[in-house]
This record gives sequence, C-alpha cells and structure tokens, in this order.
Amino acid sequence: MKLPIYLDNHATTQCDPRVVETMLPFFSENFGNAASRNHSFGWVAEEGVENARKQIADLIGANSKEIVFTSGATESNNLAIKGVAEMYAERGNHIITVATEHKAILDTCKHLEKQGIRVTYLPLQGDGLVDLDMLRDAITDKTILVSIMYANNEIGVIQNVSEIGKICKERGVLFHTDGVQAVGKIPVNVIKDNIDIMSLTAHKMYGPKGVGALYVRRRNPRVQISAQMDGGGHERGMRSGTLNVPGIVGFGKAAELCNQLMETEMAKHRIMRDRLKTTLESALEETYINGSMTSRLPHNLNMSFAYVEGESLLMGINDIAVSSGSACTSATLEPSYVLKALGLGDDLAHTSIRFGIGRFNTDEEIDYVANKMIEVVNKLRELSPLWEMFKDGVDLSKVEWTAH
Amino acid sequence: MAYSEKVVDHYSNPRNVGSMDKNDPNVGTGMVGAPECGDVMKLQIKVDPISGIIEDAKFKTFGCGSAIASSSLATEWLKGKTVDQAMEIKNTEIVTELALPPVKVHCSVLAEDAIKAAINDYKKKAVPAHANA
Repeated sequence: MKLPIYLDNHATTQCDPRVVETMLPFFSENFGNAASRNHSFGWVAEEGVENARKQIADLIGANSKEIVFTSGATESNNLAIKGVAEMYAERGNHIITVATEHKAILDTCKHLEKQGIRVTYLPLQGDGLVDLDMLRDAITDKTILVSIMYANNEIGVIQNVSEIGKICKERGVLFHTDGVQAVGKIPVNVIKDNIDIMSLTAHKMYGPKGVGALYVRRRNPRVQISAQMDGGGHERGMRSGTLNVPGIVGFGKAAELCNQLMETEMAKHRIMRDRLKTTLESALEETYINGSMTSRLPHNLNMSFAYVEGESLLMGINDIAVSSGSACTSATLEPSYVLKALGLGDDLAHTSIRFGIGRFNTDEEIDYVANKMIEVVNKLRELSPLWEMFKDGVDLSKVEWTAH
Repeated sequence: MAYSEKVVDHYSNPRNVGSMDKNDPNVGTGMVGAPECGDVMKLQIKVDPISGIIEDAKFKTFGCGSAIASSSLATEWLKGKTVDQAMEIKNTEIVTELALPPVKVHCSVLAEDAIKAAINDYKKKAVPAHANA
C-alpha cells in the first residue's frame, strides 16, 4: 500500500490511465482544430470530438446534439443559469434553487439578483433532501428555472430528481441540475429524470481537468440558451471558442468507462463505504452521520466526530487526503454552509470529515484509514476539554462560553 | 496549509496535557473560546503559595493544530515563572516562536486570554486566603 491515500474523490479524481492513453495522440499527430473543415487534420479532430459527444450522451441517455462542451462545471452552471435568465427574460424573472448548491450556482444567482432577477433559495430538510411541497409552493407564474443539484458534493445526498423534474414539467418551468457528483457514479438518465439542462465535468469522473459539458434538451421542450461569450459560434452558437480536443476526447473515454464500470463500482464502493462507517461507529462513540444514508451516493461518507476539531483531525491523519467542514480548513473561516443548512450546529460542523471513495481505492486503504482515524480521534479526545466535560456529564449547551 | 516544525512538534508531542483539581486553592483555571467557534482552551496553573511561582501548568484544547500548539507552548513557558511574570506573556511572542501564519494569530490570542483567565481565577481564590494570613 502506498501513502498518502487519496480519499477525496468529490474534490477531483485521478485521470484514468486509459483516458490519458486515449488523449495522447490528440496532443501530437491529431492536433487539428475540430472547426477546420477543409483538411484531414480538422476532420480527425472533429471525429474525435463527435465520438466523445456520443460517449457522453450515451452515459446520460441523451442525443449527441444535446451536448455542449465547456471548460468545466463552473462554466456550465453559469451558462445554464445566465443563459436561461437572458433567453427567457420575457417569460419571467424568477429562479428557484437550494441553499446547499455549489458556489457556482449560488454566486451566479446572486449576480443575477443584482440585475433584477428574483431568486428563491429553498432550505433543506434535516436529511438533506428538498421538500417537494415547498418546491411546488415556490413556483409562480414568473418562474422560469429551477436549479437543484443531483447529488451534493459534501454530504452525497441524492435529490429526488425525477420527481423534481416532473413538477417542473407540469408547471412549464425549465429544470437544470448540477450533475457533477452523480454522473458516471450512479445511473442518470435525462429522459427518466425529466432533466432539461445538466452540468457535467470530466475531472470528477476520472477524466481530465478543464473540460466539461452542458446537456441542453432539444425536444419536449426545445431549450434555448443565450451564449455568454461572443466568438466563432461553436457548439450550435451556445459556446464559442476552439474546442479542447484532447480534453474532450478524454472526457468521452472517461464517460465510456464509467458507463461500463458503473454497476460494479457502485457495489464495490458501497461495501467499502459501509465498512468504513461500521468500523468507525463501533470503535468510537459520539459520531454522527451527516445527511440521509438511504438517498446517498454509494461512495460518500460524511461524519462528525464530536469534541474533536476537524483541522486538528486532518493534521493527525496527514497521510490521508480527505476534507473537513471545519471553518479552519476553509478560506472564509466559516464552517460548511451545507452542514449548517442541515440544521447542524456549528460545533458539529467543525468536527466533520468527508470521505470520498474512488476507482483506485483498495480495501487495504479503507482499513488503514479507519484505524488511523480511530487512533487520532482517541488521541485528540484525550486532549479535548469538551470531551472531558462530556465524560463528566456536563451539558455543553448550558455552559457560558466566552466566544471570541 | 503547511505547518511549522514547531507546531507539528507540539501537536505530535503535546506538553503538559491534563487537568488539575479546579477546587484546589492553589490552582487557577482559565477556559476560553466556544465550541461554535471551533476553539476551546482550558489552561490551569498551580502556584506555590509561598514563592508565588507557577510550579505546574496543564492544558486541554479543542481546536486546530495551531491552537493545540499555542496552549502547549504556553504551559511550557508558564512553569517556573511568577504570576506577575506570567501576566507579561504576549500573544505575539507565541506567534513568533511557533511561526504562526496570519490566519492563525487568533490561536495565540486565545492562548494569552487563557493564561490571563487562569491567573485571574487563581488571584480571585487567593485573596481571601491571604487576608486570613
């Protein structure tokens, strides 16, 4: 077993060697511009792109023509939301989203609010799921778009996407979903799930960084999006810019591999995740699972270890790459807004660790991580005045703290 | 974020971890911070009533590596000092000693607060004892 162990697969994934191999010729002999129509260099590049488009469309049950390549999910999210807001401005000015969306959605919405768009940020239920009745009630005749992520990047909770899509369809509202954490990991089908627009990225599914896509439905309804960059009118006029051919080819290969391996990987990761969870829970008291365990990505575990601060925990397991919802690990010094949205107190948010299992993890690694976690949590609890108070039966919520 | 060698050393081998009887008249206890903020420090000193010298110091800290290191270092510095000398310890000295980056300065402030809180607690207890003498 090699150290350090990578268990942060919600942040990014290792590019699969088979993906790299597929990409390589497109850096050298097949370097053409996919938009060059008059020579074989262009044709070969275009063929690579169109093949990738098909591979990605197949993964999500779409048609090739519905895939628009972008630089990644942040761009896809921006393009989807701003593009719809602009295109459908005459129809309405209201967007509905959720408090726990990725910043690429939330900040885009905030930007639009300054331009007069009204945005409703739905809260979450304690298990991390959206209340569908609340969604129904939030839709007005001015609503043009609902944007709700497929699966959350911190707690791995999978929304009831097909129901959400159905509600939107019934009310004649477009439905966008940020599919970054779900696509390639669990079955996602734009028809069954009633998705109109979906953001994707290659690097979360063992593809390269810097390439993503937006699925834009062409039929029932035909979705239109205003381009957010002016230029050569590539990608059916929705996204100008010379295509990142090697990246796109790699993205396509990554999608194909995910399609082939999904069933096996889901089962394998679920077993690994459950073993990690059970081992930690049986060895340590006062641990809490954040988010629903039933509607959850099979490779995600988000757990709080009460009375142990997240950053100090990360420091103790420095040969394991995971992330924490602790304020100290964020640039803003605020604890995770996702965990807070679940109604979790700041104290538990500070003690949370996110584990993301991926294609290249082994059982041996999971056991190592579990043992190391147990060792470090126990060590830090010996150091924790809160643990001592808890053990002495002190009710911490009744203590008068000198907040600083 | 990369930690300085000294922070890593204090984190890996924290000095003077533990608790003393907070009802002992010679023990001063300071507890600062809040769980919601992600830092709580408990710092205790045991003072020799005759010489006024801090003969022992203990800590327990819930917080990041820098908070643990700041309080561990504080206990090292407290031992052997008089109460008045201990009052002079400044957070900036902790910052320098541990090479804390700007985002971690608040950990050293908390450690200074904990020292002062422990000394104040000791003084509060000690006053009636001295008055009787």
